[in-house]
Amino acid sequence: MATDPIHQFRIIKLIPIQVGGVDLSFTNSALFMVLSVVTIAAFLLLATRKRALVPSRWQSSAEVIYEFMAQTLRENAGSEGMRFFPFVFSIFMFFLFGNSWGLFPYFFTYSAHIIVTGAMALVVILTVVIYGLYRHKLHFFRLFVPSDVPGALLPFVVVIEILSFLSRPISLSIRLFANMLAGHITIEVFAGFVIALASFGALGMFGAIFPLLATIALTALEFLVAALQAYVFAILTCLYLNDALHPSH
Amino acid sequence: MELDAAKAIGAGIACIGMGTAGIGLGHIFGNFLAGAIRNPAAADGQFGRLIFGFAITEAMGIFSLLIALILLFT
Repeated sequence: MATDPIHQFRIIKLIPIQVGGVDLSFTNSALFMVLSVVTIAAFLLLATRKRALVPSRWQSSAEVIYEFMAQTLRENAGSEGMRFFPFVFSIFMFFLFGNSWGLFPYFFTYSAHIIVTGAMALVVILTVVIYGLYRHKLHFFRLFVPSDVPGALLPFVVVIEILSFLSRPISLSIRLFANMLAGHITIEVFAGFVIALASFGALGMFGAIFPLLATIALTALEFLVAALQAYVFAILTCLYLNDALHPSH
Repeated sequence: MELDAAKAIGAGIACIGMGTAGIGLGHIFGNFLAGAIRNPAAADGQFGRLIFGFAITEAMGIFSLLIALILLFT
């Protein structure tokens, strides 16, 4: 194999910047984050510029995405949860556009790095814990005590509930990271098969059509997974915020 | 046994996790189809939950793929 599939995830410093010993370089990851944010802002602002009562196609698509995420948050966190709507909507759009941009050739997928998804998951969980403690003071810990549990089992159930709460940031970050990593590695491995088979001459070039068709099908699947994983990250954020807002079991 | 050989065997064993994730996915979609055939009108309303359940179950399979990749490439 000419290049191993991990090579596509390397960080390249485009503009090296050093601030007092701390490396704050503008990397390819930062470039694609800026691209995502600019595209999101351009899409939403330009599509809703006219504010027509009967929306055009562009305005309708922006409204559909907005309403979809608003409905998800309202359903899962109640109407008090709508105070978190900018937060949840930003997370959803950031990962939706980021995952989708990463599927174009030579473009970088910033959510395929655990530090990015881990930082976002940490922000979500810290928001849940800090807002839950601020709003409910110590009643927040009622989250770990389910209502009808026999007294003898209670210590074990509480320990298990705490452990499952602590596993939330881990599973939230690794789910998105592993989906993006595995998807891109699979596409690159199948694309490598095309090159490997085509190097065998005429019969090889004919046989190379099959990995090529598989690569096309996998890219289509990866577009679905990109949108789906952004949606799953957002809806799990809504569910965890519901725990902060209504901690009784 | 050499470390590389042990890692390769471990990566192969981790792939069993992906098979069991496949069983779980078939279970979810099979139950959805069984319910949808009985009550087609209600099926579209539950599509969102179906996709959410699919994504969560698929994630477990991908976690085991991640372990296999970590074993193979580091």
